[in-house]
Amino acid sequence: MSASPRLQLSPAWVKALPLIGIALLAVAPLLLPEFTVTLLNYIGLYAIVAMGLVLLTGVGGLTSFGQAAFVGLGAYTTATLTTTYGVSPWLTLLVGLALTALVALALGFITLRLSGHYLPLGTIAWGISLYYLFGNVEFLGGHTGISGIPTLGVFGFELHSGREFFYLIWLAVLGVVVLTRNLLDSRSGRAIRALKGGSLMAEAMGVNTPRAKIVIFTVAALYACLSGWLYAHLQRFVNPTPFSLTQGIEYLFMAVIGGVAHVWGALLGAGLITILKQWLQDWLPQLLGQSGNFEIIFFGLMMIFILHRSRDGLWPILLRFVPQAPAAQRVTTVGQPLARRPVVERGQELLSVREATKRFGGLVANNQMSLDVRAGEVVALIGPNGAGKSTLFNGISGVDPLTSGEITFRGERVERLPSREIARRGMSRTFQHVRLLSGMSVLDNVAIGAHLRGDRGYLPAALHLERDEEARLLTEAAYQIERCGLAEHLNDAAGSLPLGKQRIVEIARALAADPCLLLLDEPAAGLRYFEKQALAELLRRLRDEGIGVLLVEHDMDFVMGLADRVVVMEFGEKLAEGLPEDVQRNPAVLEAYLGGVE
Amino acid sequence: MDLQIALLLGQDGITNGAIYALLSLALVLVFTVTRVIFIPQGEFVAFGALTLASLQTGVLPGTLWLLIGLGAVAGLIDTVFALRDRQLQRIPRILGINLALPLALAGLLANIPLSSLGLPIQVLLTLAVVVPLGPLIYRLVFQPIAEASVLVLLIVAVSVHVTLTGLGLFFFGAEGSRTPSFTDASFEIGDAMIQGQTLLVVAASLTLIVALYLFFERTLWGKALRATAMNRTGARLMGISATMAGKLSFSVAALIGAFSGILISPITTIYYDSGFLIGLKGFVGAIVGGLGSYPLAAAGAVMVGLLESYSSFWASAFKEVIVFTLIIPVLVWRSLTTRHTEEEE
Repeated sequence: MSASPRLQLSPAWVKALPLIGIALLAVAPLLLPEFTVTLLNYIGLYAIVAMGLVLLTGVGGLTSFGQAAFVGLGAYTTATLTTTYGVSPWLTLLVGLALTALVALALGFITLRLSGHYLPLGTIAWGISLYYLFGNVEFLGGHTGISGIPTLGVFGFELHSGREFFYLIWLAVLGVVVLTRNLLDSRSGRAIRALKGGSLMAEAMGVNTPRAKIVIFTVAALYACLSGWLYAHLQRFVNPTPFSLTQGIEYLFMAVIGGVAHVWGALLGAGLITILKQWLQDWLPQLLGQSGNFEIIFFGLMMIFILHRSRDGLWPILLRFVPQAPAAQRVTTVGQPLARRPVVERGQELLSVREATKRFGGLVANNQMSLDVRAGEVVALIGPNGAGKSTLFNGISGVDPLTSGEITFRGERVERLPSREIARRGMSRTFQHVRLLSGMSVLDNVAIGAHLRGDRGYLPAALHLERDEEARLLTEAAYQIERCGLAEHLNDAAGSLPLGKQRIVEIARALAADPCLLLLDEPAAGLRYFEKQALAELLRRLRDEGIGVLLVEHDMDFVMGLADRVVVMEFGEKLAEGLPEDVQRNPAVLEAYLGGVE
Repeated sequence: MDLQIALLLGQDGITNGAIYALLSLALVLVFTVTRVIFIPQGEFVAFGALTLASLQTGVLPGTLWLLIGLGAVAGLIDTVFALRDRQLQRIPRILGINLALPLALAGLLANIPLSSLGLPIQVLLTLAVVVPLGPLIYRLVFQPIAEASVLVLLIVAVSVHVTLTGLGLFFFGAEGSRTPSFTDASFEIGDAMIQGQTLLVVAASLTLIVALYLFFERTLWGKALRATAMNRTGARLMGISATMAGKLSFSVAALIGAFSGILISPITTIYYDSGFLIGLKGFVGAIVGGLGSYPLAAAGAVMVGLLESYSSFWASAFKEVIVFTLIIPVLVWRSLTTRHTEEEE
């Protein structure tokens, strides 16, 4: 039992909370003074931008300091088109979004192929360039800006005052919240969330990670553009100042301080920073006896403190003081079983590796290795530490391609394919060093494995038009978890399980891909005796179903009792191959393992 | 544009380029050793220039109070750690370095006629005030999160940048400063007039680059930094403290930054926030070298200086746009030539 008993909100209350929030928003402009309504308008505008950064930074592990420039792009597009050409504001929104998408795609395409820090650096440069461009181009009004931007009309009703505009802004905020939450709670959302665990695992599960990165960068830019469009029609005036790099940095501060991994963190951060700024701008100049933007000192120090002490920001801290509803069961509707791959006939060749060589500089980790795996057999790859077994696994699965050699998988040469393409062809693997997303539930982790068995993309996910497929994917994930004996941990955070069980989660994830060849890297390490027996039992059942299994393992009892054939490696080369009992008597193998017998 | 103007612009470009080159070297150094993308580099440029300007007007610079403040906090934290670890013998040294030295410096500065000192002395005093801020910032801000991802370190670096910019405004006000030229000499070569200051900046930059080269090639500390840059874990196993390497690289970066500020302030007026753009131009140079290669970074930085100088002639309003848009073709080029590698955080 928890030491400090907390109030539990009943599910009915949890359901009612959003409605209460919406009702409060609906009456707010009628009751609050003008000043507060204006403040809330700005909080809403900032929150939309910060929400994009939550997606980009908190979820995807990328970042951008140039969001203010995207806001500016949205604002200036509508300002120019409506004042100079008299285009309808609703049309300019579409133009602005299209323009923003174009810029974001181009920037993303250029920088996302490079290491992670080139995107933020690129966005800094882009933010500065655009700022100076706004300030120096004649038809954009130069530093004086553009005034006389028309009001927005909604169904013939003109939004003149801040109170009227309030509804539009907060409708946009709600829309962005819903879209973001929907997107994250989907097949595509799992792919995005997998980015933070390093692209290697995500790619091995079939996720196109460069695409996922470009998508979230573009979505974040589009949110910013929307905020800029709203801003221009609220202010009815634009100049370069609010779109400077400093403002871009401030947007990131909002997201990080609020809680960069949480949709509501963006709202919290935007609110907190806006109110604090208002307050600090009032009394800091008095305190310091000078005028200037001194609040930035405070925000900078606050950021450093937050990143030192509570990297997830304030939202999780706030949650601790709020009564929590028990975690809802995720698999609520049982979907139809997913289509399965045609079964490969037992005994037919699945994998054939010929003269695989891998060099790391001068080190030859694999030298002329060859091996085969057939459907319905378990092949064990053994050898002393450093023999090159995991390197060979990485070569076969495309995670770290071979220097030379041929790999044929189901009759097709695959040694030059990226790992996600190999995964698509029916090879699935686990990793020696467990690669799970520790904060995500076991169910979600395993569902990543089923990524390639769904095909609904980002847009249907954001609109939740893919609920049928999602139910089927989660049902499949739940089935694989149960099959691997982890049903009781379905909703636990993967990182909370002991290491041995995390390895089993990896196997369940690999199985969710419906593979015909399974590559297991030390699956039994860290398991207890009975768990090992259960694992051996599971692998035998898989073999009987016609799946080929290639496994690296150090536990000889486990290997010898399970494997149909054994391949022994030493110093990157094949030392011996054969039936378990033959290999055990092979003098070369004995020498490698036990040292020379005089 | 005739030849004379072209030469003049070239001279400007090379002067600025030499300074950007110094900064790009510091950025590469800090990044390879600590993985911090050192955005606050530019603040050291501004602090160097403005501290010198303060001293020359006989005013105690605000950076001195920052030094005393950071020293006090660092001294306090380290003392608490020493007490906790029961290593009392470390306390005198901690307090001496973090508290006594800055206070002694303040005492010295308050009691000498600052404005009438010779320029070399003023420069040395400026460096004495600004350079220790580097290791102190490393100690307080980056050392506790040395193992964080590049992304987190970058966000922290940006936070330090805005904090220091705000403090710069508080210390030095919104007015810019320009320090007098080190030399008024000028030489005529053919048609072209070469300013003594230009030669001085280029010579000083080259000297510093050679000094850095010797430091990295010939001294144990320099080799320790190179080892850390190549392989952090390996270096640690060889007994090279990551903390030492971090503080040392920040000291070198602060020295380069402050010195660049001193070099540039006779050429352009420096405001509290001027450093940022100057530092970023060093960055564009560093990115040409993929944040890893010193010679490429320096070459890239000189190219930035020249581009800036010539674009200020043809399209002065778009100078910054052109310089920062340059990063795009550079990134495209890098993106096409770099084999995509998986980085593990």
